Amino acid sequence: MTGSVQSAMALPAAGIPTLHATGIQQAAWLLLALPLAGAAILLLGGKRTNSWGHLVGVAMPVLSFIYGAMAFGQMLSYPAAERSREIVVYQFINVDRFQVPLGLQLDQLSICFVLLITGVGSLIHIFAVGYMSHDPERRRFFGYMNLFLAAMLLLVLGSNYLALYAGWEGVGLASYLLIGFWQYRPAAAVAAKKAFIANRVGDVGLSLGIMLMFAQFGTVTFTGVFSAVPSASHGVVTAIGLLLLLGACGKSAQVPLQSWLLDAMEGPTPVSALIHAATMVTAGVYLIVRSAPIFNLSADARIAVAIVGAVTLLFGAIIGCAKDDIKKALAGSTMSQIGYMMLAAGLGPAGYVFAIAHLLAHGFFKAGLFLGAGSVKHEMNEEVDMRRFGGLARVMPITWVTFGIGYLAIIGVPPFSGFFTKDPIIDAAFAKGGTSGALLGTAALIGAGITAFYMTRVMIMTFSGERRWEEGAHPHEAPPVMTSPMIVLAIGSAAAGGFLILANRLLNFLGPVTGVPPTLHGIWTKSGVGALILLVAGVALAWVMYGRREVPVTAPVGSPVTVAARKDLYGDAINEGLLMRPGQWLTRLSVFFDNRGIDGLVNTLAAATGGSSGRLRRVQSGFVRSYALSMLVGAVLLVGALLLVRL
Amino acid sequence: MVSPAHFIALSVILFVIGTVGVLVRRNAIVVFMSVELMLNAANLAFVTFARMHNALDGQVIAFFVMVVAAAEVVVGLAILTSIFRARRSASVDDANLMKY
Amino acid sequence: MSQHMILAGPAAETTRLVIFWVLAILAVAAATGMILARKAVHCAMMLAVVMLSLSVLYLMLGAPFLAFVQIIVYTGAVLMLFLFVLMIVGISAADSIIETIRGQRLWAAIGSIALLVLLVLVIGHAAIGPAPASGAKFGDNNVNALAALIFTKYVFPFELTSALLITAALGAMVLAHRERTGPKPTQRELAERRVASGRPAPLPGPGTYGQHNAVDMPALLPDGTQSSLSVSPVLTGPPPDTGDYPQGLPAESSESIPASSAQSGSATQEAGEQW
Repeated sequence: MTGSVQSAMALPAAGIPTLHATGIQQAAWLLLALPLAGAAILLLGGKRTNSWGHLVGVAMPVLSFIYGAMAFGQMLSYPAAERSREIVVYQFINVDRFQVPLGLQLDQLSICFVLLITGVGSLIHIFAVGYMSHDPERRRFFGYMNLFLAAMLLLVLGSNYLALYAGWEGVGLASYLLIGFWQYRPAAAVAAKKAFIANRVGDVGLSLGIMLMFAQFGTVTFTGVFSAVPSASHGVVTAIGLLLLLGACGKSAQVPLQSWLLDAMEGPTPVSALIHAATMVTAGVYLIVRSAPIFNLSADARIAVAIVGAVTLLFGAIIGCAKDDIKKALAGSTMSQIGYMMLAAGLGPAGYVFAIAHLLAHGFFKAGLFLGAGSVKHEMNEEVDMRRFGGLARVMPITWVTFGIGYLAIIGVPPFSGFFTKDPIIDAAFAKGGTSGALLGTAALIGAGITAFYMTRVMIMTFSGERRWEEGAHPHEAPPVMTSPMIVLAIGSAAAGGFLILANRLLNFLGPVTGVPPTLHGIWTKSGVGALILLVAGVALAWVMYGRREVPVTAPVGSPVTVAARKDLYGDAINEGLLMRPGQWLTRLSVFFDNRGIDGLVNTLAAATGGSSGRLRRVQSGFVRSYALSMLVGAVLLVGALLLVRL
Repeated sequence: MVSPAHFIALSVILFVIGTVGVLVRRNAIVVFMSVELMLNAANLAFVTFARMHNALDGQVIAFFVMVVAAAEVVVGLAILTSIFRARRSASVDDANLMKY
Repeated sequence: MSQHMILAGPAAETTRLVIFWVLAILAVAAATGMILARKAVHCAMMLAVVMLSLSVLYLMLGAPFLAFVQIIVYTGAVLMLFLFVLMIVGISAADSIIETIRGQRLWAAIGSIALLVLLVLVIGHAAIGPAPASGAKFGDNNVNALAALIFTKYVFPFELTSALLITAALGAMVLAHRERTGPKPTQRELAERRVASGRPAPLPGPGTYGQHNAVDMPALLPDGTQSSLSVSPVLTGPPPDTGDYPQGLPAESSESIPASSAQSGSATQEAGEQW
């Protein structure tokens, strides 16, 4: 196969050489230690920390962000080729041929994620102080959130696949704990289990991939694996790529492991904002971009990633159109946007940077959207049905404005973020060429149109139109502790995309790590214009359907597509039929076999023994004469046997 | 010409008759007497063997058998008497407490 | 004496042949009769016949000492002991013919026929030649030779056997002993009981005023009827309606047989007696 696509300033397949950290960056372990300490204090301290626990919970991400900013500043002072630094906290596994250090790698890719996680995370923590103020378990909530931060930072900072996996599992655990935070609600408990199990299926893929790496290359560190990959066979590289893709599907809720994301909205809204919008679900994209040297060598794995991304972006968009629950509609949107990122990542070096750019921008605007939804929900007595909203713009102006800016960003209106980050992806898909490129690009375009439609629907149903409120709802604006993070995020939603894409800033920054596209297009391309046209069409359609007509309070039956979309495009039904029922039959078969077969065997032996002894004991008649008779018969037999031998 | 084989044959027949008596009769004393018959048959065989091998050891053994048989009869009949006193029955079939 | 009577000369051969066959048939017939007889006393008598014929056979085989020991000890002592116990147990205890254990007779027949066949096969295969010439130890010197053998080669079993005999005698005494359950009735008490029983005079002996005074001849009462009290019920058997087994110790047996049960037997005298 032809070699990887390289550009003049791109990296060798082994990645840029990693140097040891100096100066401030030497304390990179603080990034992990601070949130971990916060979690430990809050969870182990118990009810004693209830009164001041939330302050500790907020302080830790803020301190981590401050440190991350300092480390970033130090990184900028280095020349481009020397920006990848590593520190080794300690040697985790020190067996003869299996060496795994607990190392943290600070390079351009990981610092982007660190800033996103700690920055957006701090804002969401501040929001949660207000959102969870009425909840008596607020301290435990912050404990779990800090735990999540620590695990997520380990995931993005790890210098080897095993550390990444440790962080991977940690965020899965934190997600389970946080989705099921209100344990007394059965729906929440079930949703937490569902999320964990779906993640587990993906984790199998990731762990098998790591095992395959070790079996083939003898190492799991990034530098080791990336330098050994070029010498591996095509089949092995493709297999590793596909296994990593499976892991990414689980964590990022891509088809076929997407069923858990919508149910995960049972958790508190800050959880949905942080974990299921900005950070955890993007871990899959991080994995694929980090493993670029592997994917660069296998076109089959790349096309699989791209197809998964394209299918999911349409899938999520269709689901988002029919959901009346505002959080579930936003969750469908998240699924769809991550599909865009995966599609970009599947295009190879032509799309890695754009995937990360869209990821960073998405972190801002999706978190902002979720926080807005949380604010609305908080004010409307925990109501989430959009058919019960309406006309909230007047009552909650700040929420309306911040939500509106996030809305404009996500649908791709220039000059907001989405326009700058989504169009290069569509463009790069078309630039791939051939039928695959055309199909992928078309799917992305259509997805953009549907995105405009459903987001406008959400906007209209929630904020404009008639007031369809429940009895006893008195919404007013949220307290400042909740609105300030929303304002900051709105600024980010507006500006982040332009900041990253214009002047090729992110491209120049990340290029040494991910590689750059072979050709760079400008802002206004054919596909960009097409996307804008579809955008207008989508907005107009939504305005006609929801803005002009009255929104019914009870959901109408709708077309077959609507019915299917309400049922998550039968994702749950497929999982049940394909996996759950056969599993149950297998269990029943095993139980049957155990009861009848094995128990039957044992019981038959026992019964046979009992039965035969019951019959044999009748020989003991008690009569001396019958005993004498048996003696005689025995003696005759003995003498006969003796004679037979001797004669 | 009476060879020792005849005596052995007679001994065998008497022995088998005694066996049948032990198995078939129910009166304890008659069973005892059948056992005595078997012992006598064995004695006859021993004496015949003594004659065959031209050694008196067989006769000594027969003598000891007689002595021991006498002692055995004494004790056996004493047991029988005490059983009879307790149960008023001399049938061997009545002593079947070892039944399952 | 025994030597030239039995063992000498060709004429002795025919004699021996005749004696052997007669005795053999007699012994087998008596043995068969023994196991088939219904009354126990008949069985004892048959056994006596077997033992006596065996004793003559011992004489033929050159074991004169054993022949006489067989008559004196075996037939005279052991068999008589059997008869004594029969008296105690009750000679009227006749076995019923019906076999109660299923398949007992069948399997007994099969087993014994098999045993017979096997043993006959053994004899047939064993090389039993004619008897060698016998020396004096089978004739005149038999007792001396036997004594020499017993007291030298077999002295240890001899000692053990004597210990066995002592043990047997002691055992029999212990087993047959009956503990007194109440105080020994004094002479006065016995006399009071006798007077209170309504029959202070002793029982009439058998045959009194009868035609004979055999043991089983009942005495005659003044009015000419027979006194059932005068004959031991051991000899008359049980009354017709009591079934196969006697109803306890016959009261009169304590008087006609001087056994150790005399004392306790008299204690049951007053139970169910009639004139």
